[in-house]
Formats: sequence, structure tokens, C-alpha cells
Amino acid sequence: MLLAFDTSSAAVTVALADPDTGAVVASSTVVDALRHGELLAPAIAAALQEAGCRPADLTRIAVGVGPGPFTGLRVGLVTARTMGDALGIEVAGVCSLDVLARQSSLALPVAVATDARRKEIYWALYDGPAADGSRRRLEGPAVNRPADVASVLAGLPVIGRGAVLYADVLGLSGGDVDEFPSAEVLAVGVATGTLPVVAPDPLYLRRPDVTMAGAPKSVLPK
Amino acid sequence: MTENEPLILGIETSCDETGIGIVRGQTLLADAVASSVDEHARFGGVVPEVASRAHLEAMVPTIRRACETAGVQLSDVDAVAVTSGPGLAGALLVGVAAAKGLALAIDKPLYGVNHLAAHVAVDTLEHGDLPKGCVAMLVSGGHSSLLAVEDITDGVLPMGSTIDDAAGEAFDKVARVLGLPFPGGPYVDKAARDGGDRLYVTFPRGLTSQRDLERHRFDFSFSGLKTAVARWVEARRRDGEDVPVNHVAAAFQEAVCDVLTRKAIDACKDRGYEHLLIGGGVAANSRLRQLAEERCTEAGIAVRVPRPGLCTDNGAMVAALGSELVRAGKSPSPLDLPADSSMPITMVVN
Ligand SMILES: [Zn+2]
Repeated sequence: MLLAFDTSSAAVTVALADPDTGAVVASSTVVDALRHGELLAPAIAAALQEAGCRPADLTRIAVGVGPGPFTGLRVGLVTARTMGDALGIEVAGVCSLDVLARQSSLALPVAVATDARRKEIYWALYDGPAADGSRRRLEGPAVNRPADVASVLAGLPVIGRGAVLYADVLGLSGGDVDEFPSAEVLAVGVATGTLPVVAPDPLYLRRPDVTMAGAPKSVLPK
Repeated sequence: MTENEPLILGIETSCDETGIGIVRGQTLLADAVASSVDEHARFGGVVPEVASRAHLEAMVPTIRRACETAGVQLSDVDAVAVTSGPGLAGALLVGVAAAKGLALAIDKPLYGVNHLAAHVAVDTLEHGDLPKGCVAMLVSGGHSSLLAVEDITDGVLPMGSTIDDAAGEAFDKVARVLGLPFPGGPYVDKAARDGGDRLYVTFPRGLTSQRDLERHRFDFSFSGLKTAVARWVEARRRDGEDVPVNHVAAAFQEAVCDVLTRKAIDACKDRGYEHLLIGGGVAANSRLRQLAEERCTEAGIAVRVPRPGLCTDNGAMVAALGSELVRAGKSPSPLDLPADSSMPITMVVN
């Protein structure tokens, strides 16, 4: 059985699928940006139970590697890595923006933009879909202010939370878009080999914030 | 050690050490630690995001190393224990998620435990069962607490704690003032031992005046001491005089250890306990160990201090507490266990 999950967005999304066909046997998605650490493990346990599977029945794990807010992203990655190691099974990483691109049924090139916080977006550009549904990534993933990449994204349908948050800046007319990656799509893509697989390493795209400690402050009375 | 005692794996990520410990009963089988301290040294303190990233990278390799050392398979593990608080939120979260992934995969119970209680429980690995009733003094870069412990699996009673800096923090800050590396504890200790005169200067002992004792009998304050040292050193430098680093280190260390041991013994007397247990990174300080031994012997109190390697943050302490909880038949934690950066000390298991 293939276990797929993604914690790179405000959603915690989990799916259990046939490892060859990608046929989904159980799935769940909960949107709560602050509780990834609390939601993921119970969601995995619930999916296993719903499908009548035991952890030992897992044969492969697929995990979204972001980019996305670091804290939530790490919950998914460390869960995937430790489960994979304990079970002795492969952990396939997939760029979470690739998953979102696959969620578009449009027969056109698309852009993906997700919420990178700090008034920025994670984004990438994709070709139109091939016969098997796969899309080639043409640019990205990268992190920028929406206004700085508006011209690059101009004219393209935009998928992801960024399209909702920055519809004005990106010149989008709105309408229905998938805001978050779906573990079902991740599972199907990995099972059928139509999503590119990478190592389960986080795509941070930003250096950690550090405040350098300066010279000791004077403590003598002035 | 018998084969039928439970095999417990403990995970610790509350600060900058990724610790994986494995114990069987009260026997330590492995204590693997990966530290990101070098990455923080140039910043003069722990950078939370750097620590969290390092925990993710170190987790699986450290688990593997611990299993190899212990000669066990993950599938042999009977329960997984993890520090669920207190500590750095993002760092705790990596360990808690890893513990859940592990517990899920091997289908075994999960125990989210209190980091401070784990500092107490680690002593079982060295000295066996904890005494029925003892005062635990936990001193490190993150904590300075006096706790009354009847039964570690039931909870601990906080008696006092620092009202400003932690003891270890004071060591770090004074080390910086003296131009010694981070983390400051071992370097200050070494400078003091290299011919430092403890009586060279008498630095202030925080919260020891009669008036302070009325409200803060078992509390600590190291902020005033740190400032006094900085002021003394800066005044010397301003006057163009050399700073006798060894003497200042020794005098500062003496002030810290004097207050710590005095209050710890007072706490034992107050509770009628005949045992003092010392834990946390500062427990590795040679002067603290020496002074505690001397003064406790005089007061008829037995001191228990785990060896330095077990005093600093590690996975063994978490496994040790997990083992005590399993032995006592305590219920495990639910899978939606949160990482609680301000987990109260009265809560031993979450
Ligand atoms: Zn500690």
C-alpha cells in the first residue's frame, strides 16, 4: 500500500492508495495552519484503519517536500523519514507545487502560487499536460513578492492559495482554484510515475532567520 | 537487566541536541546525540530555525546509530518516549512528529514526556530507583529549578526557579564578557580551575538577603550577578588594567554555586528529604559538584549527580522517564499529542 501526505500548506492531507494504480482507498484533508503536528499522525492512523491496513502493509511513502512554511513542512518530512526507516520502505519526495499543477484539469500551461507568508509567494510555471496527465515544470520553484513576478505569471491560469491571496496583484479574475495540494493527486502521480520523484528533503528556498549577537552592550552607568 | 523488561526508545529535541536513547528497564543501551551547537556558536546562542533544520537532518541517522549501539531493531522497541515540552516550539515539534511516525510504524505506544522530569529520571540509569522523596535541582542554559519529587511518575512539585536568567545562561553571558567561547559553562569551569582564586572578588548572591528570602526562599536570580561581573570587567578595561580571567571566572562560579547549593540544601531541610539530585548541563560544573558534596555531607544529605554526559540534554533521559512510566503502568499519550513549549513541570506525561 502507498501512503501519501503533504504538510506544505495550511492543509494536512493524507491518502492511502494502491501502489500500482494509485486507486485511493482512504483519504482525508483538514485545513488548520497551526496544528500539523497534532493532525498528521491521527490522520494516517485513521486512513490505515479505514482501509483495514496495518502499518506493516505499507510498501512506499510519498511526501510533499514543499516549498511551504517550514514548521509544518518538517512535520511531514520527519514523519515520512522515520516511518520509512522503521518500515524499511522507500520514501519518495515530490515538489508540492508539482502536485498542485497536476490538480489543474486545464489543457493549458499553468502557474502555481502558494502562500509563502511575509507577503511573498512560492511559485512555479508548468507546460500544458502530456497524454498521461504529467506536466513539465518550466520555471521555479522560487519565492518572490507577487508584484515582482506578476509579469512572469501574466496570462496564465494560477493554481494554489497564492491565486486567492494575491488575485489583484497577479491580475486574476478569481473563480475556483484548488488552494492546497491534495494527497490523492500526490498518491496517483507517484503510483503511476507521472509526478517527478526527488529525495525527501525540504525545499526551504530561504535561509534561516538569524539575529547575530553583537558586541556585549556597555553595562557601566553613563 | 532481563530480556523481559521493556525496551524504550527516547527522543529529545527541545533545544539544539538531537538525542536518541535506548534503555531496557533501568539499563542504558545507547545514548546517541547529534548536536548543532557548532552552527550556533558563531551567533552566541541557539538559533531556533537552525536547530529545527538540524533536528530533521539528524533524526534518522541518530536513530540508526542508537539502534546499532544498542544492538536492537526498531521492531524490538516496546514504547517510544519523546520530550513534548518545555523547549523551543519548532524544535520540539520535529521530535514529537518523529516519535509519532516511529510509534505508528512499529505499532507501539507513545509517551510525550516533560523534559525537566526526564532530567530527574535519568539518574535511575546510574543509581537505580529514585529515593522516595528528594529535592531535584535542575540547572542548565534553559532552566534553574528546585523541585520536590515524591514519585517521578506521578508528578513533581515546583519549589522555586529562576526569576530571570537561567544559571547556564549566566555562564554563557559571563563567558562572552571574558572573551571565552560559547557555550560558556565548560570554559568558565576550566578557566576557574586553571589557578582561579574564588575569593578574588565577592560577587553578589542573588535573592539571599533576609528580605528576599521571605518572598523568594527557593528562587534564583542570576541577572544581577551577570551584570556585576560585566561591570567589574568593563571598569577594569576602561582603566587600562588587565582582566584576570581565571580569577573572575572562579569568583563568578563561586557565587553561582554558593547560591545553588545553599538553596538546594534549604529545600531538602524544608521538605525533610535526605536526598538531593542534581541535573542539567550545569551539573557538569566541577565546583558545583564539589561544593554540593561538601555541604550536603555536613547537612547529612546524600547527593546524587549523574555523570556529566547524562546531565546535558540527551535521549537517554527521555527513555529513562519513559521506562519508569511504563513500569508504573501509566497510560500512553494520544497520537494528537501537541508539542507544548511551555509545558508545566507539574505535568510529567502529556
Ligand atoms: Zn535540559
